[in-house]
Amino acid sequence: MADEDIILSELPDDELVLQMHDDLYDGLKDEIEEGTRILLDRGWTPYDVLTQALVAGMKIVGDDFRDGILFVPEVLLSANAMKSGMTILKPLLAETGAPRMGKMVIGTVKGDIHDIGKNLVAMMMEGAGFEVLDLGINNSVEKYLEALEAEQPDILGMSALLTTTMPYMKVVIDTMKEKGMREDYIVLVGGAPLNEEFGRAIGADAYCRDAAVAVETAKQLVARKHNQLSA
Amino acid sequence: MTADPLPVDEVLTGGGLAPEGAGRILLIACGALAREILDLKRANGWDHLDLQCLPANLHLWPDRITLAVEAAVKEHRAAYDRIFVVYADCGTGGLLAAKCAELGVEMVEGPHCYSFFEGNEAFAERDEFTAFYLTDFLVRQFDAFVWRPMGLDRHPELRDMIFGNYEKLVYQAQTEDPALDAKARDCADRLGLAYERRFTGYGDLTGALARLR
Repeated sequence: MADEDIILSELPDDELVLQMHDDLYDGLKDEIEEGTRILLDRGWTPYDVLTQALVAGMKIVGDDFRDGILFVPEVLLSANAMKSGMTILKPLLAETGAPRMGKMVIGTVKGDIHDIGKNLVAMMMEGAGFEVLDLGINNSVEKYLEALEAEQPDILGMSALLTTTMPYMKVVIDTMKEKGMREDYIVLVGGAPLNEEFGRAIGADAYCRDAAVAVETAKQLVARKHNQLSA
Repeated sequence: MTADPLPVDEVLTGGGLAPEGAGRILLIACGALAREILDLKRANGWDHLDLQCLPANLHLWPDRITLAVEAAVKEHRAAYDRIFVVYADCGTGGLLAAKCAELGVEMVEGPHCYSFFEGNEAFAERDEFTAFYLTDFLVRQFDAFVWRPMGLDRHPELRDMIFGNYEKLVYQAQTEDPALDAKARDCADRLGLAYERRFTGYGDLTGALARLR
């Protein structure tokens, strides 16, 4: 039996959003662009399209990746689809004054070129309303500190895929301590070989096992920091 | 007398190899190392070493390696004087080493097989972080281990998202085999990377197993 063709523009809002979750899951870039435009044309705010259609859909992808149902290529295709929707929304979000959650500087550590996880985190953080400065790959402690001083973010995110490179995160954190700037920032770490114990041992604020956890942890810790400052 | 047939790569990738022999020491190894270990056993007459291999494709989910090794140690420890784990850290972030220490078994030193095949010291000195490595096993199993799991058979457009930060493919050759050399070169072409062949032999693996008496 042939697949029934779904005309996105004929779906009511609630069904269209669910269809976009499916399309995001299947990595269908063109359909995500189309769905994004339809919702905007129907008067949705860019923020609602982003959170309800894209971020919520990507959360399902992230959960299934965590549970071993999806693997790297499927997640990359979904991320590409989400990115195409975000490209439409980004300028509109800036114009419509969507809520800003905070600012993050992120990059993979020195000697590590594996950036798939880091890119996903950066994208999901942006989707959650954080301003993200992505330093890319292979970052020395000097480069991290320079970015912290220049950008004054709330959060520093460090990523590593290799057992041999993950100890460099401690070098960065120790240098921040030496310079008396550790407490000025929330430090989040992530990457396949890391775990909570490692995060604690090197003095990070939290280990985040995936992009969704990174977003939730960032929101909580930024809120806590703001509460402390205003207390 | 004919030598035992070599284990089939596809079996080593997804299934593994049950322990065989009457040795006092059991090697619990990654399936990707089966041929090399069996070759060393034969060449050195190490009949005191039995070999069990876990599926090589556990490397696609490194967090499952520690649990699989722990289960194998617990299953077989009563039947052997000693167990040696032929895995390096292999992306477990120190969890495998911690589990082996807790279980009272030793393991191979180093971050991964690329390191111990070259020799851990020499590998660390290279600091060659833009190289993507293949061993003999991985060249033979390139499609099962790299091409298909990374979705490149279905979505070739993902290649540069996954491999774009690498500069070259280094084939660490355990054996002299022109056919594998040619295949490795083809793998490099498919990934869009420069190619280098580097003969390593078995590196630190030989010494690690020779010490088991």
